[in-house]
Amino acid sequence: MIKVIAGRLLQLIPVLWVILTLTFFMTKIVPGGPFSAERQATPEVIAQLNAYYGLDKPVWQQYLGYLSKVVRFDFGPSYTYQSESVNEVIARAFPISLQIGTLAFFIALIIGVTAGVVAAVNKNKLWDYLPMSIAMLGICLPTFVLGPVLALVFGLILKLAPVSGWYGLNYVPLHPMVMPAVTLGLFYAAYIARLTRGGMLDILNQDFIRTARAKGVPEHEIIFRHAMRGGLLPVVAFLGPSFAGLISGSFVVEKVFNVPGLGQEFIKSVFNRDYPLILGTVLFFGALIVIFNLVSDVVQALLDPRSRK
Amino acid sequence: MPPGVPFAEPVPVQIELLEQGSSLWKDAWFRLKKNRVALLGLWTFLLIAVVCFAGPFFTGFSYESTEITLKASAPLERILSKTQLRKVGEAKETYLALSNLEDEFLEKSVAERRAIVKQVESGDEFREGNVTYRLSKQRHFFGTDPLGRDLLTRVLVGGRISLAVGFAATVVSMVIGVIWGVVAGFAGGKVDTIMMRSVDVLYALPFTVVVILLMVTFGRNFVLLFVAIGAVEWLNMSRIVRGQIIALKNQEFIEAAISLGLSARRIMFRHLIPNVMGSIIIYATLTVPNVMLLEAVLSFLGLGVQPPLSSWGVLIDEGSRTMETSIWLLFFPAIFFSLTLFSLNFLGDGLRDALDPKASKD
Amino acid sequence: MKTVMALISALFLSGLLWVQAQCAIIDTSSYSLTLREANRNKILLITVGSEPRTLDPQAAQGVTEHHIIMAMIEGLVAPSLRDQSKVVPGMADRWEHNEDSSIWTFHIGEDREWSNGDPVTAHDFVFSYRRMLTASFGAQYAENLFILKGAEDYYKGKTRDFDKVGVKAIDDHNLRIELVGPTPYLLSLVQHDSWLPVNPKAILKFGNIDTRDTKWTHAGNFIANGPFVMKSWRPNDVIQVVRNPRYWDAANVKLNGINFYSIENLNTQDRAFQAGQLHKTDQVSLDKVPYYRRVHPELIRIDPYEGVYFYRLNISRKALDNPKVRLALNLAVDREAIVKNILREDQKPATGFTPPGMGDYEPLKKHSYDPDRARQLLAEAGYPNGKGFPKFTIHFNTLESHRAIAEAIQQMWKEELGIEVTLENQEWKVYLDTQNSMNYDISRSAWIGDFMDPVTFLSMWTTGNGNNNTHWSNPKYDALIDQAARTGDPQARLEVLRQAEDIFLREAPVVIIYWYTNAYLLQPSVQNWYPLVLGNHNYKYIDLKDEFEATK
Repeated sequence: MIKVIAGRLLQLIPVLWVILTLTFFMTKIVPGGPFSAERQATPEVIAQLNAYYGLDKPVWQQYLGYLSKVVRFDFGPSYTYQSESVNEVIARAFPISLQIGTLAFFIALIIGVTAGVVAAVNKNKLWDYLPMSIAMLGICLPTFVLGPVLALVFGLILKLAPVSGWYGLNYVPLHPMVMPAVTLGLFYAAYIARLTRGGMLDILNQDFIRTARAKGVPEHEIIFRHAMRGGLLPVVAFLGPSFAGLISGSFVVEKVFNVPGLGQEFIKSVFNRDYPLILGTVLFFGALIVIFNLVSDVVQALLDPRSRK
Repeated sequence: MPPGVPFAEPVPVQIELLEQGSSLWKDAWFRLKKNRVALLGLWTFLLIAVVCFAGPFFTGFSYESTEITLKASAPLERILSKTQLRKVGEAKETYLALSNLEDEFLEKSVAERRAIVKQVESGDEFREGNVTYRLSKQRHFFGTDPLGRDLLTRVLVGGRISLAVGFAATVVSMVIGVIWGVVAGFAGGKVDTIMMRSVDVLYALPFTVVVILLMVTFGRNFVLLFVAIGAVEWLNMSRIVRGQIIALKNQEFIEAAISLGLSARRIMFRHLIPNVMGSIIIYATLTVPNVMLLEAVLSFLGLGVQPPLSSWGVLIDEGSRTMETSIWLLFFPAIFFSLTLFSLNFLGDGLRDALDPKASKD
Repeated sequence: MKTVMALISALFLSGLLWVQAQCAIIDTSSYSLTLREANRNKILLITVGSEPRTLDPQAAQGVTEHHIIMAMIEGLVAPSLRDQSKVVPGMADRWEHNEDSSIWTFHIGEDREWSNGDPVTAHDFVFSYRRMLTASFGAQYAENLFILKGAEDYYKGKTRDFDKVGVKAIDDHNLRIELVGPTPYLLSLVQHDSWLPVNPKAILKFGNIDTRDTKWTHAGNFIANGPFVMKSWRPNDVIQVVRNPRYWDAANVKLNGINFYSIENLNTQDRAFQAGQLHKTDQVSLDKVPYYRRVHPELIRIDPYEGVYFYRLNISRKALDNPKVRLALNLAVDREAIVKNILREDQKPATGFTPPGMGDYEPLKKHSYDPDRARQLLAEAGYPNGKGFPKFTIHFNTLESHRAIAEAIQQMWKEELGIEVTLENQEWKVYLDTQNSMNYDISRSAWIGDFMDPVTFLSMWTTGNGNNNTHWSNPKYDALIDQAARTGDPQARLEVLRQAEDIFLREAPVVIIYWYTNAYLLQPSVQNWYPLVLGNHNYKYIDLKDEFEATK
């Protein structure tokens, strides 16, 4: 087991290297540079800035230079935030996305699993269609629609949550992380509900459940003690990558609620052609995804001996 | 698709031999028909598709010609025509909403304005100088957008684009994903590892950068849009297919085929793929809504379809910005969008249930 | 069945929302706590749009940065209360100039101090300008200072001696500025970021005069000479400034602090305003304007603004190389309709390029809506009714208003001239690239004035100017601009500029569309916020009323 984990962690390195290389060259191909503005600066200034940031060197040299800094965990200066380095930007933006993501994760988990189990147990009856339909709403309403609606209702009309910002908003009862987390959580809850329902249905149809029922084991014990362990397997497979996705920040909710998280930084960096910040955040996301894939695989293996290699 | 959704849902595997294939499909169709919700999904979706493709010919409005004097009028609001005689015989006709008639006479007193409105409302015409105002027969069932374009037509045309993008991207992702997954699953070993690690790597790539790059390098047309989206969606498809293939690989009939000396290509295309067709179809049905969602997010970022073409994503984005003043601009596209996603998802669920052999026990 | 249920609930929900939307969303009788407290404590809550890239005046790039920097750093002179073309004393308490305004002397007030106790001296200004003109620093708009004698040579490295540049500290409190030519508008010019002073100690603590991207602009390091000092800077969230007790005119500063919130999205700004989180938004989104004007006119302000919106024409393209065609394109645009129906913020249809409000410079009345003449011109150019006219593309960056205007113009040209154009929106950087590399046919553009003189709108059209980007070149125009730069008499100078603009409009390398206004939401509790055409307000005059009336 330890060997497998170590092996997978080692695989992180080539994977991240490929991500870095691909992204680096992609950003070089996209037109538009970091210094173009509506009021053009003179060619000398642009040349000066390019020289300062090393953008006038041949691409291969830039790439190797960047690589050598990355292995020392130095992601370079940000072009957008002129007095901050990329490390500093990630360090200040990530905790915000982390808070929102974690809360969203738990919201999604609780609502999703509950809805899925209820639906599975009441298959093809009202209590199957009802939670599944509501879950479907979560999938079918994009976050950039649900977000403003929730902002309108909870922010303006009910005055329970702030509509913008993160710091110093203590005049409303809800912390600024709540509404973004709810918006995001509902979306993922829908997927989790479907996965749970599917997994539970598979398990509930199996022979050992019939046996338990025939033996007179009470229904709730069947569900909670026997079925859920296997039924939640597909959910676990999904949880890893979804947690990574959640905490890397959904730029849509961050934009709608104007919270300074990492998702917004990433999108802005792409639009500003802030190459170091783009690369830094991409590597960061990539590492998160790979690590959390690993975590969910490990948990899966622990829960289900069959999937152990 | 939200980041980090591998869509590793449990999908049944067909382990019946090819000769019995046809009865499997017949069984499946039979079971599907019994599932009322899935059927409802199927018919709803077909209805929407037909309406979107044929409807714009019948609405009487164009999706692109603007009527900026009309602005955003509410659904079924009375429309007036304003005829202006510029030169002899040359009249210019524009349209405006009844509720905006007062704005034309802001120099007059409130009482005068009200009188004019009443007069026109009752069917008379009001003339001042060389300008005539009268009721017109125009009706906009869904209202108009801020540039005066009929919303119903735009929603239907937008539907064409969204559905087209949805299906095209899904087909692209299906083709790539299936081939990738079959090869990886069947070959196994190192080939498998390399192929699936590549999938991991591509998964971590920033989607926005990929799309911007593609959009910009190859020019902006919407054919490219669904290639770009399809290029991202195939990753999940390949994972699912690979999982299925691995389960199938160890079945006896495949071992038989191998020992018979059949070429790998023959095995893959004639034996493996047909047996995972069920999962492929199910997954495809569930990919279409994800693609449509993705396209909507792209529009939110300003990278989607070009104006004056519109998609549901663009319409919803525009509508959500004017939510407080013209809610119909959000409501109607959102309804169509959600209904389509609903139908496809229910249909996909129904297909999954229908193709699940274990369900027949009940 | 279930979809029907879902439908019903969706209908119900939206019906609810619609009802709510029809009522006044802004219930001012229950002002949020934050707004009431802010009024009482005299803290102004404002957003200037997106997050500033830097707060270093020499590195600053735009209006966003300027509006924040202005709160903390005051230049030689400062904006007056009611008229953007007039000034009040800043660091300088008196000044004089020679006959043709090419040499100015500013006297720095003896009581002017930095927030760390240092007196403000003329040497600080010399240091700051030297920093700006040091090429290795990489100031993006170093060329703003090329109007100083010898500055360009110093910047380009032709001389290493800064003494050769036309700015000298005669003594601690007297600054002598020598310019390349007559500059009657210098007082407006020196308010711009490029001319603001920085405290040398603050800079040198973190490096040399040309070290970029240091942390000197962060809270705790920022040394200010203006009405406020920086308290905190949370990136992408809020920048807090508080009263500067060392400011020379602190007794007349009414506010105790300002919070600059970073909110890029206009709808979010609107929501924040309605929720009582802001006193003032940066702009208002187009579709909300009629609502506010009709239902809450006391909350919306529409001020004239020094900006022009136009389409650049790439005159190297066939058909666009013919001035008659270009004129026709101008005459076929119904600016009135666009302004009235799409923009609805009282923007003015443009009749010339330089907007009104530039003091004594009367805007030209060259272009109007004359579709008949447009058709005639097009026919004369060889494209009767648009036959044979090439199909061009209008490029613009992704924004709803740009798209709306482009679609309207597309329609107008089709109806009146019979020509087809396609629209292409591009992402911001790509669009800039397209425009700057002149890979376009027709490109949406805008230009905002930097200071109160028409030359800020006209100097960009000289041959080869980096902001020309149309391939247009007219030696007579260049000569006139050059002549204006050497004319000492202000009236004569304006006349020369008029002639130049006349040539420009006659040859029409651009399609002028409208002159800007600045629409924003403002709480009635904010006092002394007068309409100023550059939007540069002197924060020391702004006040907040403690009590408010509930308005419905």
